Amino acid sequence: MQRIWKPFFLILWVFVLASCQTNQAASDTRPTGKGVQNVGSDTMVNLALAWAEAYQHEHPEFSISVTGGGSGTGIAALINGTVDIANASRQIKTNEIEDAQKQGINPVEFVVAKDAIAVIVNPENPVSQLTLEQISAIYSGKINRWNEVGGEDRPIVRLSRETNSGTHTYFLEQVLRLGQKGDKTLFSTDTLLMPSSEGIGMEVIQNPNAIGYDGLGYVTPEMKVIAVAKTAQGPYILPSVETVNDHTYPIARDLYMYTAGEPIGEVKTYMEYIASAEAQAIVEKLGFVPILP
Amino acid sequence: MPQQTEQWREMLINWLIKISGYSAIVFVTLIFFFLIRESLPGFSPETFSRLAGSRWYPIEQYYGLAPLIAGSIMVTLGAALVAIPLGLGTAIFIAEIAPRWVREILKPLVEILAGLPSVVLGFLGILSLSPWVRETMNLPTGLTAFSGSLLLGMTSLPTIVSVAEDALDAVPRSYRDASLALGATELQTIFLVTLPAARSGVFTAVMLGLGRAIGETIMVMMVTGNAAMIPNSLFSPVRTMTATIAAEMGEVAKGSEHYHVLFLIGLTLFVISLLVNLTASSVIMRQQKRAERVLS
Repeated sequence: MQRIWKPFFLILWVFVLASCQTNQAASDTRPTGKGVQNVGSDTMVNLALAWAEAYQHEHPEFSISVTGGGSGTGIAALINGTVDIANASRQIKTNEIEDAQKQGINPVEFVVAKDAIAVIVNPENPVSQLTLEQISAIYSGKINRWNEVGGEDRPIVRLSRETNSGTHTYFLEQVLRLGQKGDKTLFSTDTLLMPSSEGIGMEVIQNPNAIGYDGLGYVTPEMKVIAVAKTAQGPYILPSVETVNDHTYPIARDLYMYTAGEPIGEVKTYMEYIASAEAQAIVEKLGFVPILP
Repeated sequence: MPQQTEQWREMLINWLIKISGYSAIVFVTLIFFFLIRESLPGFSPETFSRLAGSRWYPIEQYYGLAPLIAGSIMVTLGAALVAIPLGLGTAIFIAEIAPRWVREILKPLVEILAGLPSVVLGFLGILSLSPWVRETMNLPTGLTAFSGSLLLGMTSLPTIVSVAEDALDAVPRSYRDASLALGATELQTIFLVTLPAARSGVFTAVMLGLGRAIGETIMVMMVTGNAAMIPNSLFSPVRTMTATIAAEMGEVAKGSEHYHVLFLIGLTLFVISLLVNLTASSVIMRQQKRAERVLS
């Protein structure tokens, strides 16, 4: 009989541990005194870490901790009052602003860098260019084989980030729905949702059927990047710092940081540093696109 | 005087044991009510109709549970197909056939398998198992319920082997001797005498192993593809309930509809394992009663 209870104990422990963790997070990460808390977008986590390291190198007394988890996670934490700066690869939603105001927090927006989403395939795949509409048709399940877009006779395996990723939301709105507000197109149900950028990379590198998308900063030489055009007439543009800056590459976006109210004290000086030429040089080094002209 | 201290100590120990015994029941009840409190009261009538849908896409309020439940069931059944024959075979070999020295090597090795962190198995799965599955089965992708089942089978194997082996070991020597003396072969003895005699333990072994399989999270999330579709075969990608909770709980705003639905998935998992365990224990008890009747 006692064995029957064993699984329940396991479940219990998971919940006990989980609740300990959230409680700790809530009590330990209050902004004041314990350093600056910077949480959010996984796309931006390497960038935020690089900024933090470079800044701390010059200001050793400044203490900051950077964590990923997704744009939604960062903004939720900002609303709950547990972080000073939330990183987001999408703009804050109206309902999130309302939630924040209910908690007495007024989120202030900063555009800190730009990012382009690269559409990637296996290097063996002969397809090298697609229009936004073709990509939309592929991801919504209207196109299911590569030969429909000029490739080999193979099935298409669609890869996407998880729904809590800002990259996912951005891709849904700008590519799948082609930026049209009322459009209710959804990802095909057989789209594989990968928990990490690495997961997408691994599958694209080993599977010739795969198509994926991710931030330009996560593209490695083993993947083949697709040139994208707004319409079938072209031009087909490969993502790069130049093509994002001159707005010719169609799938590019701003990256944001949000603070709870107008920043003061060390958060203010840190936000000023991020806008500086020195910090924007780091942006370029990591494969993102700087905001300065 | 010393006798009285002795009595006090007895009583104290008695109480401590009683409290720890009952605490299990208290905790389980508390968890159950916690799950109910965090899920059902937050639901509006619309939420219930959304739960019945066939699509899971939480950022647009699609909360259909069917693909997730089907995904979990598919992967767990697949794991059962792998783990039950392999696990029972290994247990029978270790307990009945292997010579003593082989048994002493095999048992600890199986227990090492139990100590392997599942995330490591997940890495192996995504790097070498899934490409292999894709190429040999000629599938669009190797990230399928099948890959998940193979790996889950591996993780439930040690539980099944050690519990079943203990059960077989506990069957009195005289049963086997009697069977052999009546002219039965070794194989007949194993499958017609020893295994039936140990059936309740073997049954528990299988249930515990599958309990582990349905609750496994991170490894399943890495190799099954997480596509929330109702699978038409073992070779299509699936999204399990556990992987959904793990992938989405971090992002969800506390008190939102999505948050309550995730707790409902937790509650569903809880109820499923409760039902599995209740069925298992009732089967075992009924069998014991019948056996007792026959013997008396």
